[in-house]
Amino acid sequence: MGDIWEGISAGFWLVVTLDPDLVEITLMSLRVTVTATIVASCLALPFGAWLAIRRFRYRRFVIAVLNALMGLPPVVVGLIVYLMLSRSGPFGVLGLLFTPTAMIIAQVIIVTPLIASIAHQAIRDIWAEYHDLLISMSTSKWQRILTLIWDGRRALLTAALAGFGRAIGEVGAIMIVGGNIDHATRVLTTAIALETGKGDFSLALGLGFVLIGLAVTVNILIHAIGRTERDGKW
Amino acid sequence: MVTPILPLVMSGAVVKRRSKTLLGPVDLTISQSGFTIIMGPNGAGKTTLLRSLHGLERFAQGQQRWQVPLQEARRRQGFVFQSPIMLRRSVLENLIYPLRLRGTKRGRATALARDWAQRVGLDDALDHPAPQLSGGEKQKLALARALIPQPDIVFLDEPCANLDGRATREIETILQKANAAGTRIVMATHNIGQAKRLATDVVFLLNGQIAEQSPAHAFFNTPQTPQAAALLRGDIVE
Repeated sequence: MGDIWEGISAGFWLVVTLDPDLVEITLMSLRVTVTATIVASCLALPFGAWLAIRRFRYRRFVIAVLNALMGLPPVVVGLIVYLMLSRSGPFGVLGLLFTPTAMIIAQVIIVTPLIASIAHQAIRDIWAEYHDLLISMSTSKWQRILTLIWDGRRALLTAALAGFGRAIGEVGAIMIVGGNIDHATRVLTTAIALETGKGDFSLALGLGFVLIGLAVTVNILIHAIGRTERDGKW
Repeated sequence: MVTPILPLVMSGAVVKRRSKTLLGPVDLTISQSGFTIIMGPNGAGKTTLLRSLHGLERFAQGQQRWQVPLQEARRRQGFVFQSPIMLRRSVLENLIYPLRLRGTKRGRATALARDWAQRVGLDDALDHPAPQLSGGEKQKLALARALIPQPDIVFLDEPCANLDGRATREIETILQKANAAGTRIVMATHNIGQAKRLATDVVFLLNGQIAEQSPAHAFFNTPQTPQAAALLRGDIVE
């Protein structure tokens, strides 16, 4: 019990004094996950909106696959990205393995289905509500898409934040493709796994506080945005 | 001089859903002026007829023709749904929306929107979120939003269902003013009193077909079908 208390206080102290290692690792985490979230959102939000509006033959199948991909095991994604980027893999020449870029690629693959699925549901609900009105006003296809994206902007932001929340806490894939290299690809989750293994609980706990803080902040944001939406439905 | 889009001629129109015939065959001409009321029991096809005239339904058979190309005709008509559809925006933004679609500059659109908000008594609520308005306010907003681009013709699907007397009177006043200013109106209603107050001619629907079409005074004084007579007496028509 004493060990744990010591760890907690030491970890707290590391956060308060802005320990350089801790700051570096946190910034790397944010850099990787923010980039991954932005890239994934650029792919997923238009795709989700398109999926909600367009009717085509295999639409139901695509939606089912998309929802199934939300549960993609990160470790397996990591393994596949590793194989693709390794020296003998098809993209080996790019030399991306064990770089932040490789971690970003893995996280994009993990969170894109999640963001697209949430965006699709949100846009679909608004489209069901607006359908007759927008047809009646003889809007063009672009006017419809812009209207839906604008009026669904809160829901889309929520989708992006949910993607961020999943990516920031993810460890399996980035451990494999990033390699947890000190001063290069070490992020909050991989560092916690390492420090815990070494028995250095103070740094592990300090990193844990930062990670929890980030996750809680994001979830509070999602909640705040979601509630304003329920209140006013807009 | 702008080419009038009316008369609208519908010939042999049939609307089906899952092989069940909802409407038709219907032959109907919407003349250049007047205030047409569509009456008939529930399920007679009032809504389907309005949606067909407006171009929201696909015909299984038959066709309809405006006097101008379809694209232009679509821009020059409006529709008010039975349960108003509010954009998740402010009242002002809802009023501006149809104008912006047509490329009106924001400043001019805002001025017009303020004017219309005043006409329908919503000038105090310009910044309120439209989905939070009361039922009557929503319907007035939907009406103003349909009329603000100055359409040649407006279709209304029981706009006063579920509204109290005051809101109904306000909406009728707006409609009569618009009609006097030259907007053609086609409206479905259950309310016989309202039909008598507003109609210049009546289309009476039964089982998806036009059972009777006559000028208002003729319809209300000497209905040609027993069902219309029963409806006007206040009996239940099935």
